[in-house]
Amino acid sequence: MNAKPRVFRARQGMGRAVRGSALVAHDGFSARYDLDRIAGIFSRPAHKLAGQSYVGKILVLDTAKGGVATAWMLHEMQSRGIVPLALVLNSVNPILAQGAALGDVTMLAGFDEDITAAVPNGAEVEVDPQTGTLTVLN
Amino acid sequence: MKLNDEEQEILAGKCGPVPQLALQHQIKVGDFFGAKDFVPVTQAHIMADTESLGDAGVRWLEGLAAAVAGQRRVRIPTITDPRGTDFSKSEFLGQTSAMLDLERRAIAAFVKLGVVMTDTCINYQTIQAPTRNEHVAFGDTGVVIYSNSVCGAYSNFEGGPSALSAGITGRTPRYGFHLPEQRRATLHVRVDFTPTSLNEWGALGGVIGRIAGNYWAVPAIEGIEAAPGSDQLKHFGAAMASFGSIALFHLAGITPEAYRLADVAAPGLPSHRVTRADIDALQQSYRKDDKVDVVVFSAPQLSLYELRELAALCAGRQFVVPLLAVTSPQVKPDSDRMGYTASIEAAGGTVFSGMCFYQSYAREIAEAKGWKRLATNSAKLVNILGGYGYQPMLGSMQACVDAAVSGRLA
Repeated sequence: MNAKPRVFRARQGMGRAVRGSALVAHDGFSARYDLDRIAGIFSRPAHKLAGQSYVGKILVLDTAKGGVATAWMLHEMQSRGIVPLALVLNSVNPILAQGAALGDVTMLAGFDEDITAAVPNGAEVEVDPQTGTLTVLN
Repeated sequence: MKLNDEEQEILAGKCGPVPQLALQHQIKVGDFFGAKDFVPVTQAHIMADTESLGDAGVRWLEGLAAAVAGQRRVRIPTITDPRGTDFSKSEFLGQTSAMLDLERRAIAAFVKLGVVMTDTCINYQTIQAPTRNEHVAFGDTGVVIYSNSVCGAYSNFEGGPSALSAGITGRTPRYGFHLPEQRRATLHVRVDFTPTSLNEWGALGGVIGRIAGNYWAVPAIEGIEAAPGSDQLKHFGAAMASFGSIALFHLAGITPEAYRLADVAAPGLPSHRVTRADIDALQQSYRKDDKVDVVVFSAPQLSLYELRELAALCAGRQFVVPLLAVTSPQVKPDSDRMGYTASIEAAGGTVFSGMCFYQSYAREIAEAKGWKRLATNSAKLVNILGGYGYQPMLGSMQACVDAAVSGRLA
């Protein structure tokens, strides 16, 4: 018997609905600090996802870190197709929202629970900013 | 968001496509954060190095700059953060002609948009510091945290597209640190010592940034015994913003909104204690090796006083590894005039202007120059450069200069 999909509600959302594989860690996100944007992997050695590819993944992380460069970088990453499918975070800063707006990257933020603990790594999930929901499909 | 008559006209395209696009972007962000309306801003500051922009970002800027004259220029003083190169020294850095071409295209677009190319992340020391309660749209985290905390101005982190949009529309969505209630402390930090060196101030900022943990946290800090100087608070704030994405702190009895702790902090806030051991531990955590390939003073750009101190430390020395000191185009001529540049360069160092090390294709520089083990007195820089493939180490300015002489960081 299939388990019933679990649905989590976010207070903030932007972009179009997407479906894909979740890459989960209780760690922060900054495009400049954490990523090798040419190789498409997390590159900061101390990051919990170091060495893993973020391309086409729905990243489920704790919060935005670092500086303002992400506001441009998501747009640049999108132009080359070396970009996450969506960003899902417990909380975001303005930079991440500004970057998602320019780069047309789907984003959800602001959950009642720790979303990094609620979503299993590798799970198939659906993110719908219009309804403000993240659904774990398996 | 509630729009006034002027904003509705901009949104309808009556002022041209550039202001329309800028306002659309701002509404998207404002709606995301639940902003009720816009607040007028008096200055904007744009972070837009071409490593971040890429070709796509430069083409986006060029698209805006192609609008007809009279419909594309910023409405308020709008200035720039450091560029991705110092053109006079790009060869030394191993930067390619493609990087420089992209820089030139970005600069040409900004000039057409009416942006003033100040190329500095220390505009509060060199161009014009904002005043208390002045609403601005600043776009370097170190600039924002200093302006909010030390000057008492009101700004969110405004990334390049949003800061440029604010320059074009003369306003920004009213959310976050534009709201008085958002500026109240959310945690209390007691510090049991007062740093002396800039690297210690940066390390303290880094420790508090990690504790605070996210953009919406506002630490109220007690225990600093003497009023810090501008350079000390520059490193303190820049590191706090870098390690924690923090945009505002209060120093009890020192910063303008916290004349008394009770002015910004309600009783019963989560409380933390920071000791000298915490600062030492953060610095030590970066010491994997003692061999040094390059010494860098940057992030934030150096003030004239920092260059003065550095020049004195360099006098009569001879470096065996490269030493780079990075300052703003406003400070560099004074550094030249006072003989500081000559003193640093006579020892084998190089003084750069208008760029910042980590915003200048740091990964490609590392590959071109064979630099990996990097010593600096900037806590912000060590926090950033790990992701760029460096093994950064944090030490005092004196220890870093000594490392340039011996090749090892003591």
